[in-house]
Amino acid sequence: MEARRKKSPLPWLKPAVLTGSLVPVAAILERAWRDDLGPDPIAQALNQLGLIALVFLVAALGCTPLKTIFGWTWPMRIRRMLGLLAFFYALLHVITYTVLDQGLDWNAIVDDVVKRKFIFLGFSTFVLLIPLAATSTNSALRRLGYVRWKQLHRLAYLAPALAVLHFTLKVKRDETEPLTYGLVLAALLTARLIEYMGADRALLTREI
Amino acid sequence: MSDIGIIPPTSEITPERVYLQRREFIKNSLLFAATSSGVGSTLLWLMRGLRAKDHEKTAKAPATGAPDDDSALTVAQHYDYASGEKNTSYNDVTNYNNFYEFGTDKSDPAANADSLRPRPWHVAIDGAVARPQVFEVDQLIKSFPLEERIYRMRCVEAWSMVIPWVGFPLGDLLKRVEPTSRAKYVAFKSLLDPQQMPGQRTDLLQWPYVEGLRIDEAMHPLTILAVGLYGKRLPNQDGAPIRLVVPWKYGFKGIKSIVNISLTAEQPPTSWNIAAADEYGFYANVNPAVDHPRWSQATERRIGEYHRRPTLPFNGYGDQVASLYTGMDLRTFF
Repeated sequence: MEARRKKSPLPWLKPAVLTGSLVPVAAILERAWRDDLGPDPIAQALNQLGLIALVFLVAALGCTPLKTIFGWTWPMRIRRMLGLLAFFYALLHVITYTVLDQGLDWNAIVDDVVKRKFIFLGFSTFVLLIPLAATSTNSALRRLGYVRWKQLHRLAYLAPALAVLHFTLKVKRDETEPLTYGLVLAALLTARLIEYMGADRALLTREI
Repeated sequence: MSDIGIIPPTSEITPERVYLQRREFIKNSLLFAATSSGVGSTLLWLMRGLRAKDHEKTAKAPATGAPDDDSALTVAQHYDYASGEKNTSYNDVTNYNNFYEFGTDKSDPAANADSLRPRPWHVAIDGAVARPQVFEVDQLIKSFPLEERIYRMRCVEAWSMVIPWVGFPLGDLLKRVEPTSRAKYVAFKSLLDPQQMPGQRTDLLQWPYVEGLRIDEAMHPLTILAVGLYGKRLPNQDGAPIRLVVPWKYGFKGIKSIVNISLTAEQPPTSWNIAAADEYGFYANVNPAVDHPRWSQATERRIGEYHRRPTLPFNGYGDQVASLYTGMDLRTFF
């Protein structure tokens, strides 16, 4: 039984996570259709899409710690998908901002990105995600070579940190929610750091 | 062998391989359903953030009441100071606003303001006045002819509304208590009662909420104390029973649920200025040329509209009020 489960590729896992992950966008569209996004629907959609993008950025970063701490391998199977979902929601967030919120007024948008720290941080996060999404395929990994690919994908640590700052600077006063994400992120980064240092030490002792 | 009856032809026996596949298929289907719904509902829960409860509550928002409703006010005069622009719906005015005493989300006031008891209520007026007084709020309301004033309301967060307030000029009340020559400013204070205002159990702002105006701003005929909107008493979430409305300033100047008005010689402290002095000034005049440090004030979204519109200097009341600020650098005194 144990052996069989290990061999099983969990065929349901990816389709199930993907289906569940598309619920937010479906819910937002459905609420927009019913005119149920509140008095300021564009702001509501914008905030919720951004939030879900952050959730996926953090979730993608949680996969490796889940493997090292609990020995689970299934998170690694969906890590790439989680990263791509983060990019998908970030893209929808950016489209909502540029098209719906700003009405493609490029002067106002450039002004916003250059002058407002929080929009600059959000914009930077999105820009960082573009090369990650673009090199997410197996063939891109082969083309780049594993070492360079891995170096590039370290940006996955920076992106959610910038996103949390973007969220924190955006709120007027109550920073509970962005700081909660910041805390989760800090825990995940710490877990990675400990693991990294542990690996270093293991390597060291082996060499001696 | 004959006991077990007719033996099915071998063609009808499910092969073991298929039988196992079917079990596998059912198992996988169940795991798919559980995982996808688990992921989906977790995300929906996170989307609602810390505000899960509000959604159902706001749904029961009051509709525009009948005119014979006991909260209806007798209005003597009607003035449209919003150039005939369409009023924001009663539902949006009463379900989308900031009133941190009831939570930080804009749907929180409507959801949580039930705990406020706007009657009985007293408003004390003191400080540099010849005749300090404590008014019972209904007596106070009865002693002035009420006017409907349709004003634009511009929030510092870059959204706006058009609201048909009912109230009376603050100046008329101040004249009644006879300010002395020492009275240079007017300080306002909201109710302090964490029982009625659960948001006051947090330290997001210093409580009670305080606001202030220069005496000439307070005496300006556009400055009113509002006691109603849409011809009816103020709902709790909009600052019942009495609040300030200064239409050329950002909405946070419009202090709600006032219990004290004091005339002072010195400029009084104001809540948002205490919280973040570099972001919220004492004057807080609507000014598209002076951005909030974190966002632009050049445009705004009128609630109910799709496209942003340019923000007007003094929220469009420049003809009436710009002269109050002659010679002042409005970048310094933002």
